[in-house]
Amino acid sequence: MKQVVDSVMDWVNARLPVTQMYKDHVGDYYAPKNFNFWYYFGSLALFVLINQLVTGIWLTMTYNPTGDGAFDSIEYIMRDVEYGWLLRYLHSTGASAFFLVVYLHMFRGIMYGSYKSPRELVWLFGMGIYGVLMGEAFFGYLLPWGQMSYWGAQVILSLVGAVPIVGDDIALWVRGDYVISGVTLNRFFALHVVALPIVLLGLIVMHLLALHEVGSSNPDGVEIKEKKDSDGVPLDGIPFHPYYTVKDIVGVVVFLIVFCMVVFFFPDGGGVIIEPPNNEPANPLKTPEHIAPVWYFTPYYSVLRAVPNKLGGVIAMGAAIAFLFVLPWLDRSPVKSMRYRGWMSKIALAAFAISFVVLGYLGMQAPTPAKTLAAQIFTVIYFLYFILMPFYTTIESTKPVPDRVTG
Amino acid sequence: MKKLIVFLLLVLPQLVLASGGGLKLEHAPVDEHDMASLKRGADLFAAYCAGCHATKYVRYERVAKDLNLSLEYVKEHYMFNTEQVGSTMQTAMPADLAEKWFGTTPPDLTLEANLRGADWLYSYLIGFEEDSNRPWGYNNRVFKDVGMPNVVAGLKSELGEEKFKVAMGDLTNYMAYIADPAKAEREALGAKVIIFLFILLIPAYLLKREYWKDVH
Repeated sequence: MKQVVDSVMDWVNARLPVTQMYKDHVGDYYAPKNFNFWYYFGSLALFVLINQLVTGIWLTMTYNPTGDGAFDSIEYIMRDVEYGWLLRYLHSTGASAFFLVVYLHMFRGIMYGSYKSPRELVWLFGMGIYGVLMGEAFFGYLLPWGQMSYWGAQVILSLVGAVPIVGDDIALWVRGDYVISGVTLNRFFALHVVALPIVLLGLIVMHLLALHEVGSSNPDGVEIKEKKDSDGVPLDGIPFHPYYTVKDIVGVVVFLIVFCMVVFFFPDGGGVIIEPPNNEPANPLKTPEHIAPVWYFTPYYSVLRAVPNKLGGVIAMGAAIAFLFVLPWLDRSPVKSMRYRGWMSKIALAAFAISFVVLGYLGMQAPTPAKTLAAQIFTVIYFLYFILMPFYTTIESTKPVPDRVTG
Repeated sequence: MKKLIVFLLLVLPQLVLASGGGLKLEHAPVDEHDMASLKRGADLFAAYCAGCHATKYVRYERVAKDLNLSLEYVKEHYMFNTEQVGSTMQTAMPADLAEKWFGTTPPDLTLEANLRGADWLYSYLIGFEEDSNRPWGYNNRVFKDVGMPNVVAGLKSELGEEKFKVAMGDLTNYMAYIADPAKAEREALGAKVIIFLFILLIPAYLLKREYWKDVH
């Protein structure tokens, strides 16, 4: 039997090096042994992606992507399709979970300087994934064709109209109509289920290939490849499989416990995951009292509203995302990990994280003068984190980084 | 500078989070396991609401099955037209005439409890107050100048204040059920899934611990 398997594998390997690929990316991929809690979120993001793809495919089988049929087909899925409610709630909760784990994954990268040389491309592909994910979520949110879906898309697309001269024409081109209509729904469906998932998968492959080329960083920011044994194996490295596969399975089970509590007991997330106005079909003639995007966009929505000028707000919102892309070049610190940085970096990171959360909260609320002022202050803090980074990372004194990983 | 940042971080969220009060809503007695209450609610809905309001995503057969009612009972008490038990609940009232009579078409109520919340619905149902300025002689405490007439006025004088509130609680319960008919099934399945996951966590953790003995 073993001989048969070996000869089949030899035949395949002579044509496609499957065994070598397995070794490069799993079996002989050496990861640092000191990954902590924060390192679960990469594999969890992959797990949630698979959930979104599988439930998405099954939802597509009974969803009707037309202005007349979309809302009704969602209720059909919720009531008449066997376990349709489960598929839909796994998908809607999965969307929020995806952003939650991606935000924690990004925070990990920022906290431990994972984006620093030689991992700039890993970071850029990751940011590309984040950007596509935002598009994917935006297009997907229109599909239930409820009031919040409709008016959320209406508001966001009207922002394009703030671009001078060509703005209105671009908005018209994207919508395919003068208002959001069934035409818009059709094309958003195409983008959501075909175009963007393909781009997303391609970027994820590039993200992982780039990561495996340079190797994973770790909470100490020590390069494990600099200390190898006589066989060329990093002294502080362990093979991804079986060590991190069995560890990540524990992470997946713990994640699933929390995830399933939401899916089965709080599927609308108290109005945060599925907003109450979305229980009413899209109506172009009736504007809801308060329009807000879903929670994962609200930090940027706050930045947008904090600027009194519409075009200025759009530019600020774009800049809030764009700054993240160039982090590897703003950060001049000689050390990677926050563990060995000075107090200025630590305070800056804390202020940035707090401003992101507070802006997120403010973006869900209807604006009042006090809240707008708060959003303006935290927007300034958000941007100062990036703008001042080249200075505070240069002038602060850092602690010595150990030769080998700790703990 | 540092003090300023600390001040801003500590004080501003407090200012922002202190929010104003709104209209106080009565707590709705919703219990999707109380079959007697759901049946009374379904009876009331058929008698007082279904004449004008459709619930176009709800099938008669499904209500019969979920509420343990016989198809004969459902046919006799809920189905006034010529529909089949597998049909969804439509209304016989023409939309254009309804708009003429009430100023607006009575909305479909399938998802009303999700849209407004059960507490709002209950407060609305018990919230009609006499108001001679309104065309139908009533206004509503939680929905000012609502187009709907106080169709439950007769029921209230017949039952008295206390029993009327119980009846409106039953009606709210039924409407919460039709807005989320899979809730009972979902929570029962969810409990099993989560128990399974906790059990799965044990071998998953032991496997991880066994492998990681070699590391360090």
